[in-house]
Amino acid sequence: MHLDHSHSGPAAVSADALRPDGRRRALRIGLGGPVGSGKTATVAALCRTLRDRLSLAVVTNDIYTREDAEFLLRHAVLPPERIQAVETGACPHTAIRDDISANLEAVEDLEDAVGPLDLILVESGGDNLTATFSKGLVDAQIFVIDVAGGDDIPRKGGPGVTTADLLVINKTDLAPYVGSDLGRMARDAKEQRGELPVAFTSLTGEDGVRPVTDWVLARLAAWTA
Amino acid sequence: MNRAALLVLADGRFPAGGHAHSGGAEPAVRAGRIHDARSLAAFCRGRLHTTGLTAAALAAAAAGGLDPLELDEAADARTPSPALRATARKLGRQLMRAARATWPSGELDALAAARPRGAHQPVVLGLTARSAGLAPEDAAYCAGYETVSGPATAAVRLLSLDPFEATAVLARLAPELDRVAGRAAELAGRAAREGLDALPAASAPLLDITAEAHAGWPVRLFAS
Ligand SMILES: Nc1nc2c(ncn2[C@@H]2O[C@H](COP(=O)(O)OP(=O)(O)O)[C@@H](O)[C@H]2O)c(=O)[nH]1
Ligand SMILES: [Mg+2]
Repeated sequence: MHLDHSHSGPAAVSADALRPDGRRRALRIGLGGPVGSGKTATVAALCRTLRDRLSLAVVTNDIYTREDAEFLLRHAVLPPERIQAVETGACPHTAIRDDISANLEAVEDLEDAVGPLDLILVESGGDNLTATFSKGLVDAQIFVIDVAGGDDIPRKGGPGVTTADLLVINKTDLAPYVGSDLGRMARDAKEQRGELPVAFTSLTGEDGVRPVTDWVLARLAAWTA
Repeated sequence: MNRAALLVLADGRFPAGGHAHSGGAEPAVRAGRIHDARSLAAFCRGRLHTTGLTAAALAAAAAGGLDPLELDEAADARTPSPALRATARKLGRQLMRAARATWPSGELDALAAARPRGAHQPVVLGLTARSAGLAPEDAAYCAGYETVSGPATAAVRLLSLDPFEATAVLARLAPELDRVAGRAAELAGRAAREGLDALPAASAPLLDITAEAHAGWPVRLFAS
């Protein structure tokens, strides 16, 4: 006998939209963006608003700690068996884009342990503005920036800002204090993104994550339709 | 037989999860045993002739058509550290995903079904090579090379080591890799005739010990 594990059904090969039994698998949404912009806070807020309605799970990709997973655990936004931390060898962008195998494994383990799931949120530990998720890992991606990171980030563009399915500009409550011009950020984002949506959020306010929740629910409705 | 497949399989960018693992380099760097190109070379040489030889022979045996489930048990028996067994199975599972997408085969499907949580990586690697139409010695090369390329890449990240120097370390180990791969293929051939006990069981106790300690670090850059 081999020594230390149990058996279950065979693993799925790739990012197929269907489960082995033919049902549609969980929608997977990636959240990327610079360190400190509010990705974990957004994930936590989404979990709090959606956990009573949907079967949810979260995968975190930290740079070198498990802090994001631990934050979510500490704040009990989901039971621990619904949160998985992937170790990324100091390169979260590799783990979410170039070599997604550990993330797919985490997704698969979550489905096995607590599935069937409706929605899996995959957070990338932020490292730079160019990190985007592979289409083999997620079905849609949210790029989170914040007003305190400088109001010229939308103008600078980059793959996250330009191509993400939803751009979230977070911490609007701080705009007056850091001298960020929200109107300018909105215009620059529009310039870079055309018709792709942009949501301004402040997670300090009551139901501040609402615009993101609405977007996620619309994606989910389209996914399961 | 399609030799160029070896280039695809041995490419460091082959998406099978290896990038998050240091092959024992992270604890060795922390302990000061790897601190420059010379000490990296010594570390890699030790790894190649111990873990590397064992992994290469397992891979060659799987590529040669020996029973992967029996080889998986042989790999367990040759991996005393529970942390390294867990790592080997995790990487085996991740490689399996990539392998079934790149060179699908009934043999890979069967192993995936029998070991859904992962078989030992060298066994999966050997079976992947077999599915790609490669020879046992090719699989041995690939497994042996991975045991040194992993730590070399990790050392570049951990020490900000000059990447040219780190690659030169690998280049200078090439003649030794030739010998290790040749020996591994030979032993795998013998195992086919005489049984799996003919497979080598070389190991590096310090790698086993530091892997156990590393698995308990609260903050680390690499998963192993
Ligand atoms: N003022 C304010 N702070 C926020 C907001 N969203 C998140 N934060 C804070 O910003 C910091 C970084 O948030 P976090 O979610 O960990 O960022 P991440 O690195 O992108 O995951 C934390 O201290 C959060 O409490 C917001 O809308 N307004
Ligand atoms: Mg975070």
